[in-house]
Amino acid sequence: MAEMDEVLREFLVESYENMDRLDRDLVALEERPTDREILGSIFRTIHTIKGTCGFLGFARLEKVTHVGENLLARLRDGTLTVDAPITTALLALVDAVRAMLKHIEAHGNEGVRDDAALVAELVRLNDASTPSVATPSAPSTPVAPKPTPVAELPAPPTPTTEATAPVATPAVHGASAKSGDDSKVSDSNVRVDVGLLDKLMNLVGELVLARNQILQHATATRDGGFAATTQRLNLITTELQEGVMKTRMQPIGNVWNKFPRVVRDLAVLCGKQVRVEMEGKETELDRTIIEAIKDPLTHIVRNSVDHGIETAEERRRKGKPQEGRILLRAYHEGGQVNIEIADDGGGVRAERVKAKAVEKGLITSEAAARMSDREAVTLIFLPGFSTAEKVTNVSGRGVGMDVVKTNIEKIGGAVDVTSRPDAGTTIRIKIPLTLAIIPALLVGCDGERFAIPQASLLELVRLDGDAATWGIESIRGTPVYRLRGNLLPLVRLNTVLGLPERRGDAVNIVVLQADGRPFGLVVDAISDTEEIVVKPLGKLLKGLPCYAGAAIMGDGRVALILDVLGLARAGRVGGDSRDRAARQEREKPAKASTTTSLLLVAAAGGRRMAVPLDLVARLEEFPRHALESAAGRPVVQYRDGLLPLVDLAERFPSAAPQAGGTLRVVVHHGPEGAVGFIVEQILDIVDVDVASAKPAKVPGLRASVVVLGRVTDVLDVPALVQGALETVEI
Amino acid sequence: MSDAIQGRCCTFVVDGLLLGVDVLKVQEVIRYQEMTRVPGAPHVVTGLINLRGQLVTALDLRKRLELSPRNPADLPMNVVVRTDDGATSLLVDDIGDVIAVDRDTFERPPETVDAVIRDVVTGVHKLEGRLLLVLDVDALVASSGAACRDGET
Repeated sequence: MAEMDEVLREFLVESYENMDRLDRDLVALEERPTDREILGSIFRTIHTIKGTCGFLGFARLEKVTHVGENLLARLRDGTLTVDAPITTALLALVDAVRAMLKHIEAHGNEGVRDDAALVAELVRLNDASTPSVATPSAPSTPVAPKPTPVAELPAPPTPTTEATAPVATPAVHGASAKSGDDSKVSDSNVRVDVGLLDKLMNLVGELVLARNQILQHATATRDGGFAATTQRLNLITTELQEGVMKTRMQPIGNVWNKFPRVVRDLAVLCGKQVRVEMEGKETELDRTIIEAIKDPLTHIVRNSVDHGIETAEERRRKGKPQEGRILLRAYHEGGQVNIEIADDGGGVRAERVKAKAVEKGLITSEAAARMSDREAVTLIFLPGFSTAEKVTNVSGRGVGMDVVKTNIEKIGGAVDVTSRPDAGTTIRIKIPLTLAIIPALLVGCDGERFAIPQASLLELVRLDGDAATWGIESIRGTPVYRLRGNLLPLVRLNTVLGLPERRGDAVNIVVLQADGRPFGLVVDAISDTEEIVVKPLGKLLKGLPCYAGAAIMGDGRVALILDVLGLARAGRVGGDSRDRAARQEREKPAKASTTTSLLLVAAAGGRRMAVPLDLVARLEEFPRHALESAAGRPVVQYRDGLLPLVDLAERFPSAAPQAGGTLRVVVHHGPEGAVGFIVEQILDIVDVDVASAKPAKVPGLRASVVVLGRVTDVLDVPALVQGALETVEI
Repeated sequence: MSDAIQGRCCTFVVDGLLLGVDVLKVQEVIRYQEMTRVPGAPHVVTGLINLRGQLVTALDLRKRLELSPRNPADLPMNVVVRTDDGATSLLVDDIGDVIAVDRDTFERPPETVDAVIRDVVTGVHKLEGRLLLVLDVDALVASSGAACRDGET
């Protein structure tokens, strides 16, 4: 029962806020009656309340909001314009809803007052615009007497108390006896402005920097009292930082917990049987993101029940289990959170979606004919699209997937839908872990540091020695580089930013993806990756196309974040070259399917070996003296932990063992942890046709292939990792 | 009044000119800070400062008001003001006092004053022995991008 109370409390807190916003919006609407944005906002608010109270079982509240929504739908569509009586009626609606909310809070039900007059007025206003009444003179007569009774409707909640008291459950009633009429629910929770949390996080970040400086200072001076105080400051700061971070993180289960009930009630309403399953409930997300995805997720889940899952009878006919299934999955992947909502229902029918989109005038019939089924399914994200045959209480008003999509894109996420007829629909949402922090690669140019978001990063290429001189060719002044046989257009960062050019002995190319097209950014230096906090630039600098924002780095200084798309445009990469890339892709479609990218390395004695590229996380270099041993196995200290190493020269002994002062390590990040492979040299990345591979018989090797005329052994990474981790317990 | 026609004014000196900003608009005054250059930005933007986690754009008032350039050895001071565009730092030569000003001494700038100054100044206080130009920081920041892009070409 506690869970139920939680849901109810959340509904109340949220609805009170919505009511306040409605008041503001309605007044604003009176001044600008045709403002579609305000209308849309009002409509959605009422829609949300209606939807929520529908599955919480507040029939009266639902009824009132439903007629209000009908009226608003017409206003939004422009078939009716706002005038004073309509505004009065809508405000009366808001007051009535608010009175009911108060009653729900105090007594657990919405009271038994009669809303007939308000409902009638809303219905009448809704019908008022039928052509016969719409003549200019008509409205004044019937409307004039009405506003008075309507205005009286939201009477104080006191009289209703006695009428409903017997109905309320004893527990709820008892609790409410002491509390007066005031909203106690909103008092027990403090809702903190996210802006304030952001500010706190900033300040804590600064505090950490200051603490680090003091710590350094403390080790230099030898003052016992100072050192002790610093130590305390250190602990408190760390705890404070964790606390502030925690205030922003929430498990996604908080949102999911209310879905089983939403689904159950809705399923009953639709005469279906649906079961909800969840995986990865504990996946944590920034609270701003949790807030932002709450409504979209609810929409999707409701859609799945209403449109996706078939009735029990239909499912039986199709030979599926009678009970439909909705699977919610969440997991972290590459600094992002993936959320999947999969149902095993009827799927989206591409033909029907196309027909509907054409009928609604969203796309032309020629465009529809050209569309693949997969593209057609994504039409459901178009504004104003709804395939429900009739407007039901549940869905079909065209507030739906387009809102879902805009809301998710607003927070930097992406939505995708895949569907197979009769097998079900899966909606995948990819969202950043937090809005505030993104992983970025730091590069240097003319002594300045710049950050590049890792999302657009493909690979790094370093040319030294002869390659630095000859590697970059040019076509009438446009620099290009041959990357594995394809021409990669280059953009020099210092040219684009107007910084002086620096001639070094090596060329660093950051291969980036802009608009689906790779290009190389030539920078002076490449340093490390770092998690950065993105901050928007002021108006003065916003117009600069090359920057996406700025970040405050660990040392407290500011670094600019490069806008990859802006750089590509500034360097005139893009436009027609995009078509060229697409054409190239088309010209060699067969290649992609059978080839694998391999990282080519040389082990001891020049023996060629290869690691599948998708198993490689990083390439690192360590000084040989950093090599230590734990439980008799080689390890190095790496990123606050130990990295177990596999020396390929030892594992696959051949001729002369390697020498030299530097360890070159290929780092693999697997589900079990990280493992490094010591190699002699990193050679290249090649695409290899796996069809030509011969399975290897030696344990630890997967296959042998011929690369560039030489026999190369492909490592069996999972087997080697297992071997390395078994012996080192960390 | 919040435009320093009447009230208290935070004053500073730039190339011999005595300038002032309504004290309520001033967030803080800080010493010279290391900043990050912004290649490609309007030339009045000297750089970005991290002010306790807040990103602040620094404008060189000498360049903005088209005065003579500052001697590189003299480090400017930051007057951080609140504007419509968030916090902005004005780089000035020296900080003066906070002084009380009165409507009686206030006058609009004469037409003959250079437009560069007239556009960003609400008026002049005729103090004893000195003129105090009152800056309109919002106008100053809003017009900086445009004014300087023209100036560059």
